[in-house]
Amino acid sequence: MRLDERYINAVMIAGLLALPLYALAVDEPFTITLVTRAVILALAAVGLNIILGIGGMVSFGHAAFFGLGGYAMGILAYHAQTYTALDLGFISFEGTKSMPLIWLVAMVVSAIAALFIGVLSLRTSGVYFIMITLAFGQMFYYFAISWAQYGGEDGLSIYIRNDFPGLNTLEPIQFFGICFVILCAVLLLKARLQASPFGLALNAARQSAARVQTVGMSPMRLRLLAFVLSGAITGLAGALYADLNRFVSPAMFSWQLSGELIVLIIIGGVGRLMGPVIGACIFVALEHFLGGLTEFWHIYLGLILLGIVLFGRGGLLGYLTGKEGAHV
Amino acid sequence: MSTILIIEQVLNGLQFGVMLFLMAAGLTLIFGVMGLINLAHGSLYMVGAFAAAAVAGLTGSFFLGLVAALAAAALAGAVIEIAVIRRLYDAPHLDQVLATFALILIFSEGTRWLFGSFPLFLDIPDALSGPVTLPGGIEYPLYRLALICIGLAVALGLWGLIERTRIGVQIRAGENDREMIAALGIDISKLYTLVFALGAALAGLAGALVGAIQSVQVGMGEPVLILAFVVIVIGGIGSIRGAFIGALLVGLTDTLAGVFLPELFKLFMETGAAQKSGSALASMGIYILMGLVLIWRPTGLFGARA
Amino acid sequence: MKKLLMAAATAALCATPAMAEVKVGMITTLSGGGAGLGIDVRDGFMLAIEQSGRDDIEVVIEDDQRKPDIAVQLSDKMIQSERVDVMTGIIWSNLAMAVVPSAVNQGVFYLSPNAGPSPLAGKGCHENYFNVAWQNDNLHEAAGAYANSAGYENSFILAPNYPAGTDALTGYKRFFEGDLAGEVYTKLGQTDYAAEIAQIRASDADSVFFFLPGGMGISFLKQYADSGVDLPVVGPAFSFDQGILQAVGDAALGVVNTSQWNKDIENAANAAFVESFQAEYDRLPSLYASQGFDTANLLLSALEKADPADADAFREALRAADFESTRGDFAFGPNHHPVQTIYAREVIKEGDVFTNKIIGPALEGHSDAYAAECKM
Repeated sequence: MRLDERYINAVMIAGLLALPLYALAVDEPFTITLVTRAVILALAAVGLNIILGIGGMVSFGHAAFFGLGGYAMGILAYHAQTYTALDLGFISFEGTKSMPLIWLVAMVVSAIAALFIGVLSLRTSGVYFIMITLAFGQMFYYFAISWAQYGGEDGLSIYIRNDFPGLNTLEPIQFFGICFVILCAVLLLKARLQASPFGLALNAARQSAARVQTVGMSPMRLRLLAFVLSGAITGLAGALYADLNRFVSPAMFSWQLSGELIVLIIIGGVGRLMGPVIGACIFVALEHFLGGLTEFWHIYLGLILLGIVLFGRGGLLGYLTGKEGAHV
Repeated sequence: MSTILIIEQVLNGLQFGVMLFLMAAGLTLIFGVMGLINLAHGSLYMVGAFAAAAVAGLTGSFFLGLVAALAAAALAGAVIEIAVIRRLYDAPHLDQVLATFALILIFSEGTRWLFGSFPLFLDIPDALSGPVTLPGGIEYPLYRLALICIGLAVALGLWGLIERTRIGVQIRAGENDREMIAALGIDISKLYTLVFALGAALAGLAGALVGAIQSVQVGMGEPVLILAFVVIVIGGIGSIRGAFIGALLVGLTDTLAGVFLPELFKLFMETGAAQKSGSALASMGIYILMGLVLIWRPTGLFGARA
Repeated sequence: MKKLLMAAATAALCATPAMAEVKVGMITTLSGGGAGLGIDVRDGFMLAIEQSGRDDIEVVIEDDQRKPDIAVQLSDKMIQSERVDVMTGIIWSNLAMAVVPSAVNQGVFYLSPNAGPSPLAGKGCHENYFNVAWQNDNLHEAAGAYANSAGYENSFILAPNYPAGTDALTGYKRFFEGDLAGEVYTKLGQTDYAAEIAQIRASDADSVFFFLPGGMGISFLKQYADSGVDLPVVGPAFSFDQGILQAVGDAALGVVNTSQWNKDIENAANAAFVESFQAEYDRLPSLYASQGFDTANLLLSALEKADPADADAFREALRAADFESTRGDFAFGPNHHPVQTIYAREVIKEGDVFTNKIIGPALEGHSDAYAAECKM
């Protein structure tokens, strides 16, 4: 079976839109929630895939940005719901429940953190890069656990989902719509990016840093820019995920989550536009259906993942299109 | 804070460090020789602890438990090497991460399926229980002293194996040039299985030894795995010497930071807050250490210079 | 004629609202590290449902993997898709904080078989939330009271650095009248306590209080027993329950711990529970199993009187707590948390099995410190 990747992508997007609409028609709101979860995880993984797929940098600490985005939402909404002042030293205000504002804060905070982590981590490469990003993720995790003011390990509950002008976000389908539009926008951005001079240079830096250097570009700067962009997108996904659950906790910073994001990308296919989306859908579906079958469903999940690595090189998209695609 | 307490804490850090070394040695060896990132190394640690607990429970002998731990972990290591890992040597790191992540899931839930959801019992042998008095009047648990000695002995033995034996020569050669040693007529796949089983056995040994003073339960391997990775990255991946120094650094940093940071914070904060922020910073301590080392030397203390 | 019969049948159905179909959603931890607790709660709960002989109660059970985000999604599923009337099952406080407030605000009843975080007992209490186990501080408070009666004057106290750990030390200090020789927060999930034990040795404490649930407690007790420090230890029941005692072994013998339940509390309900649990599952019940069992019986007692669809009547029926509890007397305080006796127990060995025996009550008719803040 050899299918055109563009064809599969179109089917994917259509399916992702059709399933919640069908669920709405038959009044199965939980299915909408599940699809929304897949969409948000996909968004986080698309962010990671910018550095992983194009740039060849395996970050094992992307949960740091996912968590920062989540906590940006959690802290702003917490102050808004308790009517307490959030004092930043130079400015003091009562938080906010407005989604666009929260997204902006989440992206800016994640981008700043990514800049800081990137400057330090990008001095290393290969396995060392994997591990140093893990180390930063763990630092955030332990910090969040002992941050008593915002719930520590208990996390923060936000009782009512934040507002988006003109929409009722409490309706699962409307919140899904928001997430879906954002995912599509980011996918479009990533497609443009991949084909842009920047994307091409980043890709070249993955294959041969020296060659990029000789044409007068700094691989370090290219990578850093990609890392910051990637962190910001994953941060945005974190804010949406927090809003989906109306809850944030240090678990969003855990290394398991960083690992899951990588797994999503590999399942779908590394370096492919829709790889993370397919990966997220499969992962959420497996989690949902296997979990209902048996208490020991992790064994089956493990076996399936193993099968994908051993027999399905290039992920599901690689299998369907018959091309292994970009490998790291 | 008395000198005795400080010495005791240093011993604790040392003991933690040598146990980490047992884990890290196998991990770094496997990476050095085969270029493989093995996330499932923590599962082998768990396999060792469960095998020891099961056999010690049946026979009443801790020693037999240790033997069982070594055997079970080595066997599990050999089996996964032949069935799965072997196919991944030429695969990208990412595939290795995913496959060994899948192995963690299979091992953890498989163990729970076999042994149930409750922790198992594994006690230290009577001969090694209780404290001894060291020179200077320090009371210290005998078993922990024994752990330090075993750890150091294994480190020495491993050094001897790699520097002084034929197998060691092959292992070192394998780190430098795979094709070459294959061309020399050495059965490379057998060598790989052997190295993997050796690394697994060390992890299993650590699991059994530590299991006796901690709790033998599903998932016990993952926190240690993360620490072992921190160790080998600090030490430089592939370097046994680096793993040893890194393990001691991590062991000492973690233990001493946990004790002294809260005390330090008490100098300028009130007690309760100092306790909380001190221990918060201490739990980040080893990651901060790792970050600093990598910023200073991007390939670790003893890693090959890029 | 046919019409008449139908009407009669409908009337009969309406007259006995207790016979309505009831759907219960249980979210608990069934896989991974903390699965033992969830399995005990589930088994205790299902035992009571089975014994009631009612086949009109459907229990939907889901595994939260001890992850708050999974728990929240399962809760959405229970409410949106399964449309349950009552929810229960959550083991961990952080998961309860993630699920309970939004669930009860959507009109579902929640019966807590284990977690009792302080916000839900005080300012964040809710008329649809009932705690059948304890408020989180309770067992620690009882430990403090026991320490007084045992004549301890200088305690070294330790707990992990997370909210439940802070609550534990606060609870102990609330009742303990002596001094503190040291107060230490350990890392969550820590497995080596050599450093803390050295600090205990160096201090001039006459007793040790610790709250280290699950594997952390097993590690601490084994290492403490081996260290040669022989100060008496007090702790809440969480490190001494039936599931983990066997893994601690001799190291736990003689340790005093506090619990609202034990298998030797003398009453008919408890004797029947212990016997039938053993017969059904071939192991001794733990306090978590007893809590699951009591939760189900509370639910059954309320269903006898009212239908969950009639929320006000059902709430009243729950509040009456008209069931035979395995712990003897049981009543709800104004914040829907138990008012109960908490006992001091001692770890003993019966044949080959480690278990607990009651020494005496540590606190009688005890409520909690947050009830006054609850405006319902």
